[in-house]
Amino acid sequence: MRFVRAFLQFVAGSTRIVLRGNALYWSWIALLVALIVVGARAYAHQLATGLVATSMRDQVSWAFYIGNFTFLVGVAAAAVLLVIPAYVYEWKPIKEVVILGELLAISAIVMAALFVLVDVGRPDRLWHLIPGLGLLNVPASMLAWDVVVLNGYLVLNVVIVTWLLFTLVRGRHPAKAIFTPLVLFSIPAAIGIHTVTAFLYSGLSARPFWHSAILAPRFIASAFCSGPAVLLVLMQLLRKYTRFEIQDVAIWKVAELMAYSMGFNLFLFGAEVFTEYYAHTEHLVHMRYMFTGVEGHTEIVPFMWASLGCSVVAFVLFLIPRTRRHWVTLNLGCLLIYSGVYLEKGMGLVIPGLTPDTLGEIYEYGPSRGEWEVAIGVFAIGFLLFTLMVKVATPIMLGEFRVDTRVAAGSAAGPVVRPATAH
Amino acid sequence: MNREASDGTACAPPSVGEGTLSRRDFLCAVVGCAAAATLAGCSEFTHTSFFRKHLRELSKEEIARMLAELEKELSEQYGKPVTVGIDAARPGVQFAYALDLSRCVGCRRCVKACVNENNQGRDPAIEWIRVLEMDKDKGIDFEHANPYYEAEQVPRPGHFYMPVACHHCRDAPCVKSCPTGATWSDKDGIVVIDYDWCIGCRCCMAACPYGARRFNWTEPKVPAEEVNPQMHYLGNRPRPKGVVEKCTFCVHRVRAGRYPACVEVCPVGARKFGNLNDPNGEIRYVLENKRVFVLKNELSTRPRFYYFYGI
Amino acid sequence: MGSGTRDAIRAPGAGDPGDAIVQSRCDPRAAKSARNAVLLLLALALVLALASCSRAPAEELFAAGGVPEAPGSTLQVNVPPPPFSDGVFPCSSCHEPELKFNSKQRKLKIAHQEVELKHGTEARWCLDCHDAADRDQLHLANGEKIPFEESYRLCGQCHGEKFRDWRAGVHGRRTGNWDGEKQYLLCVHCHNSHAPRFAPIKPESAPVPPRRTEPTGGGTSK
Repeated sequence: MRFVRAFLQFVAGSTRIVLRGNALYWSWIALLVALIVVGARAYAHQLATGLVATSMRDQVSWAFYIGNFTFLVGVAAAAVLLVIPAYVYEWKPIKEVVILGELLAISAIVMAALFVLVDVGRPDRLWHLIPGLGLLNVPASMLAWDVVVLNGYLVLNVVIVTWLLFTLVRGRHPAKAIFTPLVLFSIPAAIGIHTVTAFLYSGLSARPFWHSAILAPRFIASAFCSGPAVLLVLMQLLRKYTRFEIQDVAIWKVAELMAYSMGFNLFLFGAEVFTEYYAHTEHLVHMRYMFTGVEGHTEIVPFMWASLGCSVVAFVLFLIPRTRRHWVTLNLGCLLIYSGVYLEKGMGLVIPGLTPDTLGEIYEYGPSRGEWEVAIGVFAIGFLLFTLMVKVATPIMLGEFRVDTRVAAGSAAGPVVRPATAH
Repeated sequence: MNREASDGTACAPPSVGEGTLSRRDFLCAVVGCAAAATLAGCSEFTHTSFFRKHLRELSKEEIARMLAELEKELSEQYGKPVTVGIDAARPGVQFAYALDLSRCVGCRRCVKACVNENNQGRDPAIEWIRVLEMDKDKGIDFEHANPYYEAEQVPRPGHFYMPVACHHCRDAPCVKSCPTGATWSDKDGIVVIDYDWCIGCRCCMAACPYGARRFNWTEPKVPAEEVNPQMHYLGNRPRPKGVVEKCTFCVHRVRAGRYPACVEVCPVGARKFGNLNDPNGEIRYVLENKRVFVLKNELSTRPRFYYFYGI
Repeated sequence: MGSGTRDAIRAPGAGDPGDAIVQSRCDPRAAKSARNAVLLLLALALVLALASCSRAPAEELFAAGGVPEAPGSTLQVNVPPPPFSDGVFPCSSCHEPELKFNSKQRKLKIAHQEVELKHGTEARWCLDCHDAADRDQLHLANGEKIPFEESYRLCGQCHGEKFRDWRAGVHGRRTGNWDGEKQYLLCVHCHNSHAPRFAPIKPESAPVPPRRTEPTGGGTSK
């Protein structure tokens, strides 16, 4: 009974926290809500008219939505990059902020799932994927496996985060014997989700651009160099605007790990380029479409070069310790690598894989306005979820939000939010 | 594996032909048919009922009810009597198709006959067969193929024509990739789609090496006066928005013993169809006497659609 | 649950359309009426399609379809009537048996000038196929006279491979049932015997290229 009361107080207190904020906070929330409304309206239009509201057609049947889905699965997987030094190497400076990575993972998975929802032609039939109610085609279908592992990863992270926060809010620490293995399990789980997502592509012999063993390692490498960029920015914001103490070394260590990932990512990319261009088989046409255009179709060429440029510059900025530790270049590098990988996963993976199509036809795709609006709405949902979760998690981590369970019965006890004592 | 009904009586597991309490009824009872608004169709079994099982798990009665309801719906919609069959694959039959590349002149009569026979959407226009015009001196080169050729007369000098539609592969990558099992290879070799089970994820379209599948990006429109009222549940019945469709070898015709519409309409007799197990059939003759090949052989999809040179 | 649940599914019950089709496979009488219905349905499609052949469409195109005998034996094939031009048959209405004839290869001036012979003209002309004595028949290389309904035997003399393929159903258009009765056409139903090479025909309309229909930047395809 105390447990239930504590949980209710936790919920009540969290609600109170998210409803409290300064002007900056509320304008941010208002902006996100406005964007969600824009997205919802565009999605309603798409539901009414069908996916013809997008620019996808038979020749390019996966595009913006699935590109975003793939990128976000990578972001979710990358949260684990914090877990490795924190729990595997027991590195204290990062340990407190691991939860931020998990909150990011949850938001990213939710966004990824929403992108799948807006992409399917019959969202009213998604229950067909539920084994027992419908039919889940495992082990044959990679998408079926993706459904399993992504939901599993989401549940895992929600369980970890909720357990951690709820335990901390009652002034205790989670039992290491169960909690630590659970967190350590999220490492292979994270590699798993992005590998299965990669297999979704690399298993398709019909698409020679994707049908390559290197796709799964590239996914992991690019995820690891882009996902933590969000966390680096977030950590700097948190320690500036809250009482969160995050040491410089924590941020720099994450940046260093990212640098190695970026290098590996560029190496794998170089390997792909060599393999295609050296032998110049028919399959080269997909890479040519990216970098030089084919038969006058050059719409994505500037974006591909921009992506490459961003990735290379970001790599250099993160590799050199002086620029890695300078806040301006560090944040510039974060922005560059995020953009570079975003362009690469979206335009640089899905579109060239499907262009030219299996019978050699080129349909130049570019997202329609409806697709932009729906995508912005989905991102806004994710950002809103992340904001609210961080808003609740921060005072809990700082000890400012506690649920006092030892109050005498009968008194109007509620969650107590105390100013923190000096740490 | 017994299940308890809501009144506590044990029920036998659902099986074909038995009228015992099915999983569907059990779920309805549990969730509460009182919430009828969200569970519309709970009281009446339709082809789009919520919690309807996969087609291969339905009983004969459920299928009969489903087809009856579908026929009624379509007859009303098109203002003429419509029949929806669900003929099964005949035992001992393995279909195959052979197309004579030396004869096809690129007239596209097959494309249009297919559209009419199979009730394909007219606006936007869906065409299951795509005829590729290729250069004789380049051979089969998809990068330089052109499906949009316009000409006063075909064949155009220096070109040859290759129609492509679903190859009903023996090892179909589309069947493998479908997350809900909405598409499968039936016993006679026809790869079918249950349009009421497909969730429209388009994995199969990414997986198909032959560009055979089409998606209903919007609600397809078939004029009532042009609709073919002899339909098959897995074949040419009008499709809903948001699902995938493709050539079915005219399943409603071939399971009744007839040729597909494209075979019969081809003015130069380039298209051949038959039962591989028939030693006297056309397909066996082609395989034994002509030079046959399949597209993208290196992908090991083992298509049932062969191209050959008759001359 | 036995294997039956996963097997292909039959439409149940007697009297529904699916059942009629199922039944017709077993009942010969039902098969015949079903077949006739099918033939009737095919009439329009066939007429339309044959119009695209370089021959005039023959309305009475439906034969009592024949089943070819095993290759090698004498083939008895039921085919639709030969597509004569109006009024030209029987030839004996003009070519009386007593009429003297000129068997020298030449360009005809008195009659049949419209027939343009483009069929191996270095080596042959009219009377190599048409029987000079009995104009209502054709003749084979060994002199045997054959009716116009068996003209495939004449074509098959030189075009042996095509004849074998046609006999097996692989050359030329086929209508009917893959598992039962099939229709044969004579060679001349599609090929003009005097100028057999097909003339090019007008193709049906091209497919519509994919287009972006929602506002954005321009979208094009090849």
